[in-house]
Amino acid sequence: MSSPTYAYYPGCSGLGTSKEYDRSTRAVCKALRVDLRDMPDWSCCGSTPAHTVDHIFSAALSARNLGIILAMGLNAATTPCPSCLTNLRTAEERMKKTEFGERVNKLLDAPYAGGVETKSVLQILVEDVGLEAIAAATVKPLAGLKVAAYYGCIMNRPPELMRFDDHENPMAMDRIMTAMGAEVVPFPLKVECCGASYGVARQDVTAKLSGRLLQTAVDAGADVIVTACPLCQMNLDLRQNQALKALGASFSIPTLYYTQLMGKALGLPEVELGFDKICVSPKQAFAAMGKAKEEKQKSSQGSRT
Amino acid sequence: MKIGVFICHCGSNIEGTVDTAAVAEAAMAFPEVVYAKDLMYACSEPGQDAVIEAVREKGLDGVVVASCTPRMHEPTFRRAIERAGLNRYMLEMANIREHVSWIGKNREANTNKAVDLVNIAVEKLRRDRPLTPKSFDITRRALVIGGGVAGIQAALDLADGGKEVILVERTSSIGGKMAQLDKTFPTVDCSSCVLGPKMVDVAQHPNITLYAYSEVEEVSGYVGNFDVKLRKKATYVDWAKCTGCGACMEKCPSKKSLDRFNEGMGGAPAINIPFPQATPKKAVIDAEYCRQFVKGKCGVCAKICPTGAINYDMKDEIIEVKVGAIIAATGYDLFDYTKYGEYGGGRYPDVITSLQYERLLSASGPTEGHIKRPSDGKEPKTIVFIQCVGSRDKSVDRPYCTGFCCMYTAKQAILTKDHIPDSQSYVFYMDIRAPGKLYDEFTRRGIEEYGTRYIRGRVSMIVPKNGGLLVRGADTLLGQQVEVEADLVVLAVGAEAAKGARQLAEKLRISFDNYGYFMESHPKLRPVETNTAGVFLAGCAQGPKDIPASVGQGSAAAAKVLGLFSKEQLENDPQISQVDIKRCVGCGKCESTCPFGAIHMIDFRGQPKAEVIETVCQGCGICAVTCPQGAVQLSHFTDNQILTEVEALCLF
Repeated sequence: MSSPTYAYYPGCSGLGTSKEYDRSTRAVCKALRVDLRDMPDWSCCGSTPAHTVDHIFSAALSARNLGIILAMGLNAATTPCPSCLTNLRTAEERMKKTEFGERVNKLLDAPYAGGVETKSVLQILVEDVGLEAIAAATVKPLAGLKVAAYYGCIMNRPPELMRFDDHENPMAMDRIMTAMGAEVVPFPLKVECCGASYGVARQDVTAKLSGRLLQTAVDAGADVIVTACPLCQMNLDLRQNQALKALGASFSIPTLYYTQLMGKALGLPEVELGFDKICVSPKQAFAAMGKAKEEKQKSSQGSRT
Repeated sequence: MKIGVFICHCGSNIEGTVDTAAVAEAAMAFPEVVYAKDLMYACSEPGQDAVIEAVREKGLDGVVVASCTPRMHEPTFRRAIERAGLNRYMLEMANIREHVSWIGKNREANTNKAVDLVNIAVEKLRRDRPLTPKSFDITRRALVIGGGVAGIQAALDLADGGKEVILVERTSSIGGKMAQLDKTFPTVDCSSCVLGPKMVDVAQHPNITLYAYSEVEEVSGYVGNFDVKLRKKATYVDWAKCTGCGACMEKCPSKKSLDRFNEGMGGAPAINIPFPQATPKKAVIDAEYCRQFVKGKCGVCAKICPTGAINYDMKDEIIEVKVGAIIAATGYDLFDYTKYGEYGGGRYPDVITSLQYERLLSASGPTEGHIKRPSDGKEPKTIVFIQCVGSRDKSVDRPYCTGFCCMYTAKQAILTKDHIPDSQSYVFYMDIRAPGKLYDEFTRRGIEEYGTRYIRGRVSMIVPKNGGLLVRGADTLLGQQVEVEADLVVLAVGAEAAKGARQLAEKLRISFDNYGYFMESHPKLRPVETNTAGVFLAGCAQGPKDIPASVGQGSAAAAKVLGLFSKEQLENDPQISQVDIKRCVGCGKCESTCPFGAIHMIDFRGQPKAEVIETVCQGCGICAVTCPQGAVQLSHFTDNQILTEVEALCLF
């Protein structure tokens, strides 16, 4: 079977605040034989600021990148970032309307004709690689690790645009984590907002919303939170102290990218996974996981003898 | 042939953009037209009189009326020329209102088009032949499908009117949704107490034959003479012997059968009588759960039954009945709320439907009328009601308003306060729709006297919290988010067409709308009729409605049937197909394409020939276009007539 091939759009944060997401994504895809092709001269998708100001401008920024993908001879792309995913998919949809497309193309050096489908890395891992293959490739199961899977608000929304997983109760990360041996705790706030970019303008709002997510994860008994969004990760991890202050609580819970945990389970070298980039270190959680695993092994050996 | 042409002004509806006098003048030039006149209102009494007078004075053989659509007034003018002494089929109409004056503003162009349409009508009329309907006998027995309150009312009214009624009910007892309700709004009457006597009447009425646990298998025939096959499903209990004592239910070792009557709240024994007032009060075995069927051994009920009614070998039975009219009163089903992921999609046990809550409130329900939430049996103190779950929501393909949820939610909140005085109810609503006698007063009472808190806005999320449920929504009047920590959430699920409604509609040859509700013949003026003669509608099968409206429709449908049955004989429509036996080669294509089974093959001097069964033929014309020989012709719409119309229009 030929390996699935995608143009890879890392997104701006992939080169900055979420380097560890980019690195771990590349490492995991390599290990699972997903062929990611780097895009020459890619540029920002416009992120939130562009589409809040002008839909044409926003679409032009994304369409420029979609054009590069076509020029690579590919019509399938992937990105780890949900915000980039939304912009690339929205541009593709909106460009189908003739009048809109013409206005966008006026802004571009080379007109974009359409025809690229962008999927999240998460979708590719579930659909192209598959849970069975992921389970089979797992060499260091995450047994004993309690995980809360947090998807954020836009990973699966709006459903008519994303067309992947359940938009109210997504399960993709839950299933991957379960396949790799982790224990997924019921986490009811899977698709609740973390406060997103309000962290800049209204820190209090983000602190309150993120605080609620952290508290719920801890109450559910999670050792770690996994997420698929750079902004969610930053709010839950980098801003955890702000959130805890708003809550008046004192605990700590690491927030990792799901690809980092996947890399760990696949036995990839730690240096490729970037755990040192995480503010709230997962070391303790990993240590506890090891202990839980040993105890389990002991008890099962004990029962055998 | 002498033809008269009448052009109607329809006030200014037609005259406003059509020169009717000019049309009349032009009509005089058409062949065989001896008289043409414009009339102010052709359908009015003076208008009809003018037509009748002209027929008599000018000795007309046929009449063209150019006015509105024939769907509106063809019967009117047919009767008028009949009064003038002509055959009623010697009439043609030209639709110069809907097809001309209402759709174009150019008076000259409109006038020209009107002249063309009159020309077509004249040419067709020249080839019309007088037609005479045939009379046939009718079976004065009615079939009522569905034993909910609408069907019960229809059956009782028909039976009291002296007609035989066959009432078919899919489940093992009549009563429908109303029997599941605890109380009814706005009077807070006990639902089963007001319905119970009617159910008993059905059981005891000498004119009503009740087939419970039965379904309609097949319908053929036509108004006055339907042949219906009913499937009497195997109950595995001989109902002639069963006394309804209930001993079998107590001893049955399998208690996890789906308790449909209690909406799945708690299990039922595999042999079950659904509720104390069940009519008929007979037991049915659920073969999916019965150990005798699942494991092949048990037989406890057979041992315990004092009358020896249990029969594990029972098979479905087909019963054939002849009826003259059918009333479809098949009710509704509840919207599947698990489509709403934000309400938990069925993952939270303490998020229940309004009908489940109704069973919790009912003294004959699984909790004997004590409100206990499903997860831990605790009495809830804070209850959140969410309205419009599967109503007024395009995203789940339910854009319509169910109409009665606002009222039952108000009632349930009031009853909650009665059951648990220290409780607090919240209602998330979009609009309060309470248009009915004493309805708005009732919802106000809930708010003012029972302290129900109404929050105008939708709920965005329900998540478990501290053993309860956190309900988050918008308060659109305050422009704020609100969060309520609830012990129980009740979803006011909307109504949708009953399961199997579409299949039944196909059997009855009636239409249904996009959502599966049966189509009435006219939304305002023929609300209980269908476009299939002899088939009538009642209750929620036609669209969601509350109990008084359903009862009203039950009676209305019964009145329609009684009116039909009061006729000595029925007349068929003579605009039907005829076979020219000389041309027919007996290929049988018409027989296979006829959707009504109105054509059968006969032996004519050793050769196969097609023959039309006149009382069954609906005049659709499919056979006429199917026949390769042109041997089948539809009376009043023959090939020649249609071709002449085309030629009249396309002279050049």
